Amino acid sequence: MRDVAIVGIGMTQFGELWDKSARNLLVEAGLGSVDDAGINGEDVDALYIGNMGGGRFSGQEHIGSLVADYAGLATNLHVPATRVEAACASGGLALRDGIMAVASGYCDVVISAGVEKMTDVGANTASDVLTAAADREWEGIVGATFPGIYAMIAKLHMHRYGTTSEQLAEVAVKNHLNGSMNPKAQYQNKITVENVLNSVMVADPLHIFDCSPLTDGAAAVILVPAEDAHKYTDTPIYIRGSGQASDTIALHDRNDITTLGATVVAGKRAFAQAKMTHSDIDMIEVHDCFTIAEICAIEDLGFFEKGSGGAAAQDGITAIGGKFPVNPSGGLKACGHPVGATGIKQAVEATIHLRGEAGKRQVDGAENAMIHNVGGSGGTAVVHILSRNR
Amino acid sequence: MYIFCRGIGEIMTVARFWRKIKARYNLEGTHCGTCDGFFYPPRNVCPVCRRDGKMETYEFKGTGEVMTFTIIRTASEGFEHLTPFVVAIIKFDEGTQITGQIVGNPANVAIGMRVKSIFRKLGQESEKGMIYYGTKFVPEKK
Amino acid sequence: MTVGFVSYGAYIPRYRIKIEDIASVWGDDVKSLIGGLRVYEKSVPDLDEDTVTMSVSATRSALNKTNIDPKRIGAIYVGSESHPYAVKPTSAIVAEALSVTPNLTAADLEFACKAGTAGIQMCMGLVESEMVDLGIAVGADVAQGAPNDILEYTAAAGGSAFIIGKEGRVDLVAIIEDTVSFTTDTPDFWRREGMDYPEHGGRFTGEPAYFKHVTGAAISLMKKMGTKPDDYDYAVFHQPNGKFPVRVAQILGFSQEQIEPGLVVTKLGNTYSASCLMGLSATLDIAKPGDRIFMTSFGSGAGSDAFSIKVTKHIENIRGVEPTVQELLNDPIYLNYAQYAKHKGKIRMK
Repeated sequence: MRDVAIVGIGMTQFGELWDKSARNLLVEAGLGSVDDAGINGEDVDALYIGNMGGGRFSGQEHIGSLVADYAGLATNLHVPATRVEAACASGGLALRDGIMAVASGYCDVVISAGVEKMTDVGANTASDVLTAAADREWEGIVGATFPGIYAMIAKLHMHRYGTTSEQLAEVAVKNHLNGSMNPKAQYQNKITVENVLNSVMVADPLHIFDCSPLTDGAAAVILVPAEDAHKYTDTPIYIRGSGQASDTIALHDRNDITTLGATVVAGKRAFAQAKMTHSDIDMIEVHDCFTIAEICAIEDLGFFEKGSGGAAAQDGITAIGGKFPVNPSGGLKACGHPVGATGIKQAVEATIHLRGEAGKRQVDGAENAMIHNVGGSGGTAVVHILSRNR
Repeated sequence: MYIFCRGIGEIMTVARFWRKIKARYNLEGTHCGTCDGFFYPPRNVCPVCRRDGKMETYEFKGTGEVMTFTIIRTASEGFEHLTPFVVAIIKFDEGTQITGQIVGNPANVAIGMRVKSIFRKLGQESEKGMIYYGTKFVPEKK
Repeated sequence: MTVGFVSYGAYIPRYRIKIEDIASVWGDDVKSLIGGLRVYEKSVPDLDEDTVTMSVSATRSALNKTNIDPKRIGAIYVGSESHPYAVKPTSAIVAEALSVTPNLTAADLEFACKAGTAGIQMCMGLVESEMVDLGIAVGADVAQGAPNDILEYTAAAGGSAFIIGKEGRVDLVAIIEDTVSFTTDTPDFWRREGMDYPEHGGRFTGEPAYFKHVTGAAISLMKKMGTKPDDYDYAVFHQPNGKFPVRVAQILGFSQEQIEPGLVVTKLGNTYSASCLMGLSATLDIAKPGDRIFMTSFGSGAGSDAFSIKVTKHIENIRGVEPTVQELLNDPIYLNYAQYAKHKGKIRMK
């Protein structure tokens, strides 16, 4: 198996992008990554595209062909293109599939990308599409919404461990602060704990400001064998570890409602492959689809004891200047969550920091980064460890 | 009232709902004779024993305990008229957990509370379409 | 006759609305309303309840009181004026929800407020002839009353179910000694297909309808059996309001004490197809072995079914398991008119 490196990155603005369609977005991000790596279309061996809801948002499946076509890679070059889906972890899976294609020796240049166009439909329909990440038959049918499912995790976390609404709010406040330093973020406004607690309750105990938004956006990375990386860039970023895990699709079937078992296992698998431990990690991008999700993520990845993650944002430990910076991009909350793109965006963000190019939100001296992407309420989790060092 | 969304006939079709009527009306699930595990909703394959499992039908009593819950205030399409309503994860006395609505005043719901099953309307496909009946929960009176 | 009741069950939704809260919307005089109707409040279904859900709840309650094998049930009839489907039987859904499918017959009935007692008579025939082992008759309604119409004050929601069996094959908590009916074409109250609310004949619903048929059936039955009002411990009459059953009892010679336990309409309203059955359930809740109950239902259109019922010693065996009618009437949750209108689907949503 070969080592793999990221040598190019691209990302669109994240937000409500009325002028752009899904194919526009993906092509823009893809071309950005191709330019960044300095490659040509003829060099590309395969495309992996993460996308959750093309069918429901736009009535469009067969995303692989669509994207290859509009990227100019289909007509003459006939590049193999594969759409990958695992709800909100689609991007992370597209990254992993791309890595495996290069690591195995099958491909030498792979574009792993992700895209989601969520705002062409009304908010109610969008919310219903996202409920497909849960168990439609046994969670959706009784009226459980996606925020409702995470709200149940939050309620039990609060009951068992004493986590408070203020602590949840601090996660959103931190991520908005980070987002204010990220020009690509959907939300660049700072907010306060009061703003969060006064915002309308969506599903107790989650307020609207505890929830990530609906977003359009795309992101792409170029993957090559590590031994070739210096052909493309002076700062290749190496994939040191990759871990993926599944768990029950419905929250009610989990072994422990407040623990995402898939995150625990995926994290361990990534650490094992990287031969690293928690103290090696300088920054983490986690899947904060809701504020409670960030708290559970940092616990389940092993950075905090189960139940003690609530204080992390509140005490500044996970701020950019803190001991374990979490979501310097602004996370899903402030940067936005175009579902299929998020996992790739996390890789883009990690790469920017590891290259030292993150400007105002730079995590100083970052050498190793962990990124964490979850599908649904934890049915899928995929974790990668990226590094400046091979 | 609509369940799911405008294109409901595309998602919860008649046949798809009918297939699970015994599970929805009568809490019919499965029990594995090998590991003595109880499963609701019904499963074909025991997640513990896999091919070594011996699955048979089992009708749950419908009584259990609230493990966690939320109060839905922004509902998905089809449930808007019910807000605010409680969705909870309930642990049946047999051990398995399910997601269900608890009817009545949300202020009366607490983690650890005992509930029992009742027969209610889950929703309907449309004014002209099929009505979906199923099981919800109510606090068990002492 | 060797048939009777094996068990019975009742279901009343938790919600209520008071007469004064309806009156304040339409500018009606509360005192004269209450004086005229003798109803103080009525039951209102929850947003996810209908005739089907109430029928299931009442029937499950009846079954829970016994330990008979549900598979012995060979017939289910649900009588209602508010079946959710005009075509697709409530009784089939109830049968599925009791896990008694597929070996049984079922059908839905309509005869205004007496569809439930008609179902009892049908089960009696099937059970007596041994065509089936056990039968279930249900009366349930989410009664419709047009806004600003007098019926709005009494149209309520509820359901009651009776399991019928034959002596010797199963323990009976009460024997049906005999039944007699009185039926004519009398247009006192009706609802055309597709219409939301019924029409009624005002004062015409009294003498030529309710009183003529109830007394007609009651007198016929007592004549056939050679019995008098004194021979009975209790009486239950159809209760569209709190006045008609009191007056018909007087006309027939029954006392206020005899009808009191069964007179649930004052706090419940008129549950239409469940009306008499609810009164009978309330009476059976307190009756002693050996007590005799006289019941006469009334359904507009019109007809009455009269029954002479004798309680047996087995009645004690089914007590204490499920809530009584009085317990179901207690602990209500009151709604204002706007909430009531939302619950009854009177607000046009699209």
